[in-house]
Amino acid sequence: MPYSDKVMDHFTNPRNVGSLDKNAPDVGTGIVGAPECGDVMKLQIKVDPDGRIVDAKFKTFGCGSAIAASSLATEWLKGRRVEQAGELKNADIANELSLPPVKIHCSVLAEDAVKAAIEDWKRKNGRATEPPAAGADKP
Amino acid sequence: MALELPIYLDNNATTPIDPRVLEAMMPYLTAVFGNAASRNHSFGWKAEAAVETAREQVAKLIGAAAKDIVFTSGATESDNLAIKGVAEMYAEKGNHIITCPIEHKAVIDPCKYLEEKGYQVTWLKPDRTGQVSARQVAEAITDKTILVSIMAANNEIGTVNPIAEIGRATRQRGVFFHCDATQAVGKIPIDVEAMSIDLLSASGHKIYGPKGVGCLYVRRHGPRVRLACQMHGGGHERGLRSGTLNVAGIVGFGAAAEICQRELAEEAVRLAALRDRLHQGIVAKLDHVTLNGHPTQRLPGTLNLSFAYVEGESLMMKMKDVAVSSGSACTSASLEPSFVLRGIGVGDELAHGSIRFSLGRFTTAEQIDYAIEQVVRGVTELRQLSPLAESAEGSTGRDAK
Repeated sequence: MPYSDKVMDHFTNPRNVGSLDKNAPDVGTGIVGAPECGDVMKLQIKVDPDGRIVDAKFKTFGCGSAIAASSLATEWLKGRRVEQAGELKNADIANELSLPPVKIHCSVLAEDAVKAAIEDWKRKNGRATEPPAAGADKP
Repeated sequence: MALELPIYLDNNATTPIDPRVLEAMMPYLTAVFGNAASRNHSFGWKAEAAVETAREQVAKLIGAAAKDIVFTSGATESDNLAIKGVAEMYAEKGNHIITCPIEHKAVIDPCKYLEEKGYQVTWLKPDRTGQVSARQVAEAITDKTILVSIMAANNEIGTVNPIAEIGRATRQRGVFFHCDATQAVGKIPIDVEAMSIDLLSASGHKIYGPKGVGCLYVRRHGPRVRLACQMHGGGHERGLRSGTLNVAGIVGFGAAAEICQRELAEEAVRLAALRDRLHQGIVAKLDHVTLNGHPTQRLPGTLNLSFAYVEGESLMMKMKDVAVSSGSACTSASLEPSFVLRGIGVGDELAHGSIRFSLGRFTTAEQIDYAIEQVVRGVTELRQLSPLAESAEGSTGRDAK
């Protein structure tokens, strides 16, 4: 499989592998995909009281590009505000990693995992129904 | 001595040409260039003589008469000629064919093509080891059955079918038996007489011969099998396969068959020992590894394993100096995992995590030990990354379905 150097870099040295306490109120967890489909991503964010993502972790079952896409997503999330994080698009990941067309679904999965993690955090913090507009995350 | 990398453990896909085979071929790629069909000069005679020697060498390996061997471009062509050739020739007699859904695509697709043309095809379900029984075959035969096509050994999992029993059942009912023996010939004993095989496909490049050459054994006596040819032209190969013969390729195929004939018994024992060393070495260090295929009735060099919680493509990337195959969808253009593994009831999750190791003549114990190290390291690292391994341990609940 002719993968780009960036995929190989993230695959060989994945960033932010691990788990956060999924029951903690400041942690949002997204789990997307299905084992039967060959891809499962678990992506977690830890958000400080100001709405800034202070930590992100992932675990992924899947091909090399799925692992690279989740690794890249966690790297990108750290330090961003939650509302900014929601703007991450699969195309950004696919372009950054130069994914071949058959692997685009890996970047889609990463976007879905990020969104699911944000939703989970919002639900825990009573913000599920609010639009992700600026200022909407102030306590 | 340092181990040379990468290591090739994908011999069911193709094999390197044995140096002895190449040596036998060289004159026919250079000085002896004649057309085997040129009957009026020594250039043609020499080529023809070489082809006939090869025909005897190939025939001997499968216990056939030399005249019953038809050279083709490979096993895919042989399968097509056998299946479509019988179907067309015996259309008056019947329209029913019996085969199995985990055959090679070169058997499945011609059968599907015939289904579209109005033929009836019975797809016998293999058991969990990948075997089809003679009883299943016998029960499926009707008075409209014109052909049974069952492979000798499966390319992905290496399971060997009870070919002699299936042959007895078909012979008893007067139905022709085609056997795609591409993966079996040269690796385990195959005898068209003892196994009552009427048509048999084989290939050069799976037995350390060149690519682009194979054969179809077509029984001429007891019973005589007639085929509608699929390649019309100059009437070569008893009129069954027109086209100027690939002399150098055929010579290579013959030489390769001759070497297999001589070395098969010893080589099968050596390969089975290496295969078991690989299997034992892996399961000694890793849990949740399952064997796909038959535990004993299996090709000596084939080992197909599923590694739970790990996806096959990423495992192959981890062990990039070991060339293997995977049943994972991520390694193919389609999004489906291996239809063979599905066909024997392996769940999709484990099919995605499957690796086929296929050993060959040039595989050494040092290479096996290196492969074990790479597999163990790769699986261990990927399981640390895997949310499935984590939830299986119960440390974190998994919400996803």
